[in-house]
Amino acid sequence: MALDPASLDRLCELARLTLAPAERERLGDELERVLELFAALKAAPADGLAPLSHPHDVTLRLREDRVSDGDSADALLALAPEAQGGYFLVPKVLE
Amino acid sequence: MRTVAVLRAALDAREVSARALAEDVYTRASRHAGLNAFVTLSTERAFADAAAADARLARGEASALTGIPFAQKDLFCTAGIRTTCGSRMLERFVPPYDATVQAHLGRAGAVLVGKSNLDEFAMGSSNENSYFGPVRNPWDTTRVPGGSSGGSAALVAAGVVPFATGSDTGGSVRQPAAFCGITGLKPTYGRVSRYGMVAFASSLDQAGVLARTAEDCAHVLAAVAGADARDATCVERGVDDYPAALSRGVAGLRVGVVRELHGGGVDPRVAAATQVALRALESLGAVLVDVSLPSLAHAIAAYYVIAPAEASANLARYDGVRYGYRCESPRDLEDLYSRTRAEGFGAEVKRRILVGTHVLCSGYYDAYYRRAQQVRRLVANEFAAAFLGVDVLAGPTAPTVAFALGENADPLAMYAADVNTVAVNLAGLPAISLPAGFVEGLPVGLQLIAPAFDESTLLAAGHALQAATDHHRHRPDGCDA
Repeated sequence: MALDPASLDRLCELARLTLAPAERERLGDELERVLELFAALKAAPADGLAPLSHPHDVTLRLREDRVSDGDSADALLALAPEAQGGYFLVPKVLE
Repeated sequence: MRTVAVLRAALDAREVSARALAEDVYTRASRHAGLNAFVTLSTERAFADAAAADARLARGEASALTGIPFAQKDLFCTAGIRTTCGSRMLERFVPPYDATVQAHLGRAGAVLVGKSNLDEFAMGSSNENSYFGPVRNPWDTTRVPGGSSGGSAALVAAGVVPFATGSDTGGSVRQPAAFCGITGLKPTYGRVSRYGMVAFASSLDQAGVLARTAEDCAHVLAAVAGADARDATCVERGVDDYPAALSRGVAGLRVGVVRELHGGGVDPRVAAATQVALRALESLGAVLVDVSLPSLAHAIAAYYVIAPAEASANLARYDGVRYGYRCESPRDLEDLYSRTRAEGFGAEVKRRILVGTHVLCSGYYDAYYRRAQQVRRLVANEFAAAFLGVDVLAGPTAPTVAFALGENADPLAMYAADVNTVAVNLAGLPAISLPAGFVEGLPVGLQLIAPAFDESTLLAAGHALQAATDHHRHRPDGCDA
């Protein structure tokens, strides 16, 4: 299937990826060929089968709702590219 | 041969100290620096771990891995030691905590000597996608070591470390083990905790082991397997005594030789080598039967929908806000996200994020993602049916021996080469790659696949094969025993 420029723009927007022009052309072509590979899925005799999202079909267990390893705010903020006063710092959002 | 078992005996007999073993690793590492297999050496941690191990040995409290040096694939978080995932995005990321796998190995007394190179975020089959440069295969340095656990495989094959960790989402432990002539075990999905293992595709990812022998894999798996309250997908189920299972042998073991693992893309010389290894198992009492799994023809397509879909969701967390790379002088928040990700991720990661984003779009979800999950069910059902008649399934681990650096430049050719490994991940099964001979001096791997949670049978079969053959003892030129 063809991936028109508008669709590629939309994907990049959804994935929050800015592509350089040369990269965009190459990835666009490759993406089309990857999608062609997926056409094979239609031929598989899988109609009516329940989708399998987890190998063992298990139900995730729940744990008690209590703090088990809290109090690590400082260690985590220390990893941030920019932080201030206990907050992650980002470019101004509101004018 | 410098295996975990041999080093264990030497440590217990006080012929060598853990400190001396760690020093020896760094001597070897510098001799093989050209392989580019380490991203980071953790000398300070290693010598601290070694001192603790020597003290424990002196107290007579050593267990199987106490004092044994190892490399950790650089996607397992290690407290205080940077964990890059082979990506510019995490080039300077120093985790504040240990992955459960690291915590287990640390408690066992194993000595962390460094972090091994890998394809960026484990996406690749050649280790050419690392931000830190490709790893080279010790058997022929113009060739790839396989991937994504290429650094771990190269280090074990070159005799730098006796074992290393890996992760296997679509073959990333087994295929590099095959390309480098060593043993690689991918446990059942949920057997080993994924906590602190940087996520690629969460329903497929599983931590694994690369070592010289099945026996060594058994000791490492024994140390890392088991439930973990921090990973809800890690199952609460008793752990077999893997070392005790090694001596079970293969008498009466029913081995299903899978026709589809010998398809058109498989080099006939690779198929011939694995056939010889299977005959060796037969001579030890195993019974070979032909098996057909027609759905494997659709496994590549299903895998390359599901894995990128999960990756696109998992990698959304890299936004330049909380940790990792951030672009210079962002105009606004959108620019911060988009440019950080454009500059921080490499080509293969971007490709998979875009593919994953596409297959999850509302207009395509049913045709691609839901369809792939139905095919996943089909594959799992076929495996389950096959295991009603056989104990293990067998075939070549990879369709070829290690290819040349740059040879598979087309991403689709690279994806196609995963044909013999991805189905195992779709079904969440355990599998092992065993050295099975050579084609023009390059190693070939035999893959055995077992029902869920039957790693013991794989290890016992591997141990029996390795007692009867010597493929795993061969060394690349210029590498010590």
